[in-house]
Amino acid sequence: MAASDASSASTVEEITPPPLDMNEVDRILEQHHSDSTELIAILLDIQDALGYLPIPALRHISEQLEFPINEIYGIVTFYKHFKLTPPPKHQFTVCTGTACHVRGAVQVFREFERQLNLDTTICNTTPDMECGLETVNCIGACALGPVVIVDGEFKGQVKQTRVSSMIKKATRSSGGDTE
Amino acid sequence: MSLDNPIRSSGELEDLHGVLVERRSEDHLCISICTGTGCVVGGAESVVDAFVEVISEMGLEEKIEVKPTGCHGFCEMGPLVTMTPSGYFYPQVHARDAREIVEKTLLNNEVVEKLLYHDPQTDEAIAREADVPFYKHQKRIILAENGHLNPTDIEDYISIGGYKGLAHVLDEMNPDEVITCVIDSGLAGRGGAGFPTGKKWEICQKQPSEPKYLVCNADEGDPGAYMDRSILEGNPHRVIEGMCIGAFAIGASQGFIYVRHEYPLAVERITLAIEDARTAGLLGEDIMGSGLNFDLKVVRGAGAFVCGEESALLKSLEGLKGEPKQRPPFPVEKGFQNKPTVINNVETWANVPHIINNGPEWFVGFGTEGSAGTKIFSLVGKVNNTGLVEVPMGVTIREIVFDIGGGIPNGKEFKAVQTGGPAGGCLPTSMLDLPVDFHALQEAGTIMGSGGLIVMDEDTCMVDVARYFTKFLEEESCGKCYSCRKGTQRMRELLDDICEGRGTPGHLALLEELGHAVNTASMCGLGQNAANPMLSTLRHFRDEYEAHINEHRCSAGVCTELIQYTILEEFCDGCAACSKVCPSECIVGEKDSLHTIITEDCIKCGSCLNVCTRGAVLITSGGGV
Ligand SMILES: Cc1cc2nc3c(=O)[nH]c(=O)nc-3n(C[C@H](O)[C@H](O)[C@H](O)COP(=O)(O)O)c2cc1C
Ligand code: FES
Ligand code: FES
Repeated sequence: MAASDASSASTVEEITPPPLDMNEVDRILEQHHSDSTELIAILLDIQDALGYLPIPALRHISEQLEFPINEIYGIVTFYKHFKLTPPPKHQFTVCTGTACHVRGAVQVFREFERQLNLDTTICNTTPDMECGLETVNCIGACALGPVVIVDGEFKGQVKQTRVSSMIKKATRSSGGDTE
Repeated sequence: MSLDNPIRSSGELEDLHGVLVERRSEDHLCISICTGTGCVVGGAESVVDAFVEVISEMGLEEKIEVKPTGCHGFCEMGPLVTMTPSGYFYPQVHARDAREIVEKTLLNNEVVEKLLYHDPQTDEAIAREADVPFYKHQKRIILAENGHLNPTDIEDYISIGGYKGLAHVLDEMNPDEVITCVIDSGLAGRGGAGFPTGKKWEICQKQPSEPKYLVCNADEGDPGAYMDRSILEGNPHRVIEGMCIGAFAIGASQGFIYVRHEYPLAVERITLAIEDARTAGLLGEDIMGSGLNFDLKVVRGAGAFVCGEESALLKSLEGLKGEPKQRPPFPVEKGFQNKPTVINNVETWANVPHIINNGPEWFVGFGTEGSAGTKIFSLVGKVNNTGLVEVPMGVTIREIVFDIGGGIPNGKEFKAVQTGGPAGGCLPTSMLDLPVDFHALQEAGTIMGSGGLIVMDEDTCMVDVARYFTKFLEEESCGKCYSCRKGTQRMRELLDDICEGRGTPGHLALLEELGHAVNTASMCGLGQNAANPMLSTLRHFRDEYEAHINEHRCSAGVCTELIQYTILEEFCDGCAACSKVCPSECIVGEKDSLHTIITEDCIKCGSCLNVCTRGAVLITSGGGV
């Protein structure tokens, strides 16, 4: 479960960039008829729209749905997909499902860790929020393992030796520097 | 006639089917391009675009149909392209090959030699899909359709006889007859426990409480298995039709499809299919004019393995934390909103229309006593042909891994196969001739599960595998039961000890005792099976555990703390590739002369091993190689 997110919640609000489009949140609530049994779908849609779940948005949902904030927080930290911190500019997701594991996903993951200088205390991103590293348990492309998702794009049969060029390629487009 | 108006009777469905079949039969050339997830990773979308472009440039749109399909199963070889009626097949096709394929193969029935598939074992070139060993040894019923269907086109599904089973049920059967048919077929749940599906339906149907609900479990939590994904992406209407038949039998008017959000394409395809079925009058109110009302809703999961467990799934459906509940009462008695609910796996639902169409005896004809029909397995890991395979129940593991899978790559030795996902177990070489059916697997200390088959070779460390699964379960435990929450943690810590060289002989006895306690004292299927990976590897690979403990030796060279990297003098030519990549700068040596690794500074990242082209870098452990 997303325990690291939970323990860092106090710092989360401090680093949250202030401008937050609550209209977007309202629009999504309306789409789901402000129905609290749709809470997971609402949270998924908000995260898709905003990239993460800002605490003020959660408070707002709690008020609108008349649903306790602690319950919402419980749900957000129960499901692995939900994030309380803003996403980095470039997200690297290494599949650590079984099929990828036996084909060397661990080596690939460690190589990413080594190459990216991650700040693991808050949210496993580089301090400048350029790059982030996370894992996922299988995305159903197991025949191509080890699989890595770079900014939403799937890469199959990734070798440890390809990691540094993957990082360079992803960050070059935005002029970022991570090494 | 086409689908502009909803279908109002089974007769209208039949008419439409007739029109669609006729439209296709006049020497219709078709090129099917797999756009399943695996092939999309390989670039299938640009291949589709290239074919569309070439064909329109040549003005052949009328003559050749380009059909994007779901997963054909042979994902490692993607993007896959197959042609009908010739049956020719090309793997790993690029956009640039499109013109040549159209000109030679489609128009002149001539194969393009350089694109042919080569059997990795015999190096023989094979032109037709049906002759490829990977396909030849399978019995594909559900998966076969994936290769010929455009999953976004309901007419395509109707043209292969889709919704015929539903029409038959609505016209000529009563609910009890449908249930009897499913019971007689011997269909058992494909999602885990293998509970008889017809029996489950019968219990639910008999409940006095109303309304009743149906759920399709597409959470597919087993990491390393993806058949449910491929069915939903490649043939969503099969699942919808199966659920409509179930709704008629059980008397349900609402159903849910619970899909993990990690499968965005599956969500998209099934959502579209539901809309299309509704428009076509095959879902929703008064289905095909029969008076049956049944509708479906897609609900996304948010990344929790335990939500595949049925009582947790129901909580998640209600928008809550997916914590399992005590059973009984079972969902068939008190499920969604405390109403009777049937939960079945994707593959279970997809089998239902086939059973109605072909009769229960046909289904019993495949498989063994107690395990009828075919099963799709996800054959992955250290095996030559990875992908989805569908076989009759009862074939042996050896047939799957060696005949279909083509054996182990790079001349390595087979070591084990893991079945049943994280809660399953590992089977060693001595059990290769075990038939895959529910009973035989259980006897051998593992389970069928949803059908993950992960092949491991001599380079896989079984203690590491046990640690991997235990850690997975530790992270995914919902935390409700102490035995599961703390037990998985403690087991993982003990396994860490062994992998990192702190193990003592007492560790093994402790693990065994703890494992039995966790399995006995936990409430849901996650905790009740949490010790299986450790217990089954300990049962079949005890010597590996002992080598880790007594000799600090990991013979597979996986456990970082127990291995050293060295450079072999006789192979090193001093090219300095290794010292250039070494992140801790611990490889010394002059250019063109022997390099050596300073073991104390080595962080064991394996970079040198990966760049050395001369095979001079060696992993040693506990004095052995
Ligand atoms: C921890 C755990 C995870 C499970 N995950 C899945 C899953 O991902 N997909 C699935 O179909 N069944 C899963 N099951 C089994 C379901 O609880 C349930 O038995 C099944 O969906 C019933 O459908 P069936 O009879 O068609 O197999 C899981 C069970 C447990 C205990
Ligand atoms: S295990 Fe990595 S994609 Fe399935
Ligand atoms: S995705 Fe193309 S064959 Fe599986």
